[in-house]
Amino acid sequence: MSNTESKKEYWRWTESRYTNPNINWEDGDIISAGVDVGSVSTQAVIMVDGEIYCYSSMRTGSNSPDSANNAMDWALDSTGLTIDKIKYTVGTGYGRVNVPFAKRAITEIACHARGANFIYGPEIRTVLDMGGQDCKAIRCDQRGKVTAFLMNDKCAAGTGRGMEVFADLLQVHINDVGKMSLQVEEEPEPVSSTCVVFAKSEAVGLLRKGWPKEKVLAAYCSAMAHRVVTLLARLGIEEKFAITGGIAKNIGVVKRIEDELKLKAPEPSIDPQLAGAIGAALFAKALVEKERKKA
Amino acid sequence: MTKANYGYKDGSGEYFITIDTDLCNSCEKCVEACPAGVLEIAEDELDPLGDETIAIVSEEHRKKVKYSCAPCKPGGESKELPCVLICESKALKHSW
Repeated sequence: MSNTESKKEYWRWTESRYTNPNINWEDGDIISAGVDVGSVSTQAVIMVDGEIYCYSSMRTGSNSPDSANNAMDWALDSTGLTIDKIKYTVGTGYGRVNVPFAKRAITEIACHARGANFIYGPEIRTVLDMGGQDCKAIRCDQRGKVTAFLMNDKCAAGTGRGMEVFADLLQVHINDVGKMSLQVEEEPEPVSSTCVVFAKSEAVGLLRKGWPKEKVLAAYCSAMAHRVVTLLARLGIEEKFAITGGIAKNIGVVKRIEDELKLKAPEPSIDPQLAGAIGAALFAKALVEKERKKA
Repeated sequence: MTKANYGYKDGSGEYFITIDTDLCNSCEKCVEACPAGVLEIAEDELDPLGDETIAIVSEEHRKKVKYSCAPCKPGGESKELPCVLICESKALKHSW
């Protein structure tokens, strides 16, 4: 079902929460949590003994501590579980120092590698995280430990913000962008890939020339795919390769990345935007176990 | 061989300082050698469960390494960079 006609805020992707019906937190031993406060979105994931119990994914407001609190409250909503029962919380992401109830902050690079390992399995060696305002290429081992990374957070090209700008410009809902971009007979030339500002101006010109929205979207998704592939290439790619972050849900960008790399990225069974928070929750559990060993 | 790449790519080019955290022995010589305070010793953030410290590019400089490192690259050339030369384990590299 297309959201395009009904929504005026085209960039507003769907916020979500979930409770695992198969877990009773009262029977669990280590309840750990990870909160990923990104520049665009915030996720809170609560795990019981390393299994996902509940989570929430929502837009980050302008206040990081509020975002962390709101995400946590929403994740715990109607579960009966309260914050004081959580043994250890790790904060991560852009706003990681601002998670008031977190015991420790861990870089999102380490968390995304661990989270990707959880979501996609231990065969993953290269992770591409396309976040709201940055883009990371991460190499890891079979345990999800980082062996190399490269991040670009100085530039909107290749990020969710860039995609939101385009969704707004073309008045296409962000959830529909990927699918629409694939509805072209022939792949058009990509738009300028070095700058979202320039790409946007280019897009306006293309629309005026009579290009349909699908074609403009295709050109932008293509440019974005190319930009992130050059970032990845600098790090070297080892299979298996996986994508995390919000843009992993954009099939138009994902497919074009796969075409350029001649590699298929596995489909996630869990929302890929959760990777950072999942990794953080797993580290939280490991830190509880480490503390216990010392005692 | 665990490589941390600090820096960025923008319209003018790619600027990354790469530190091999497995080779780095935390001797601090690069921190002292840098005239701009770009480098510092910190906990290895890629190994949150471990207790090692290593050299990193400080957060303050990560998005402006092109400018922070410019005084050591007169005319844009990267010859005999003090941080690279002084590193005992050859753990540090500049991409530009």
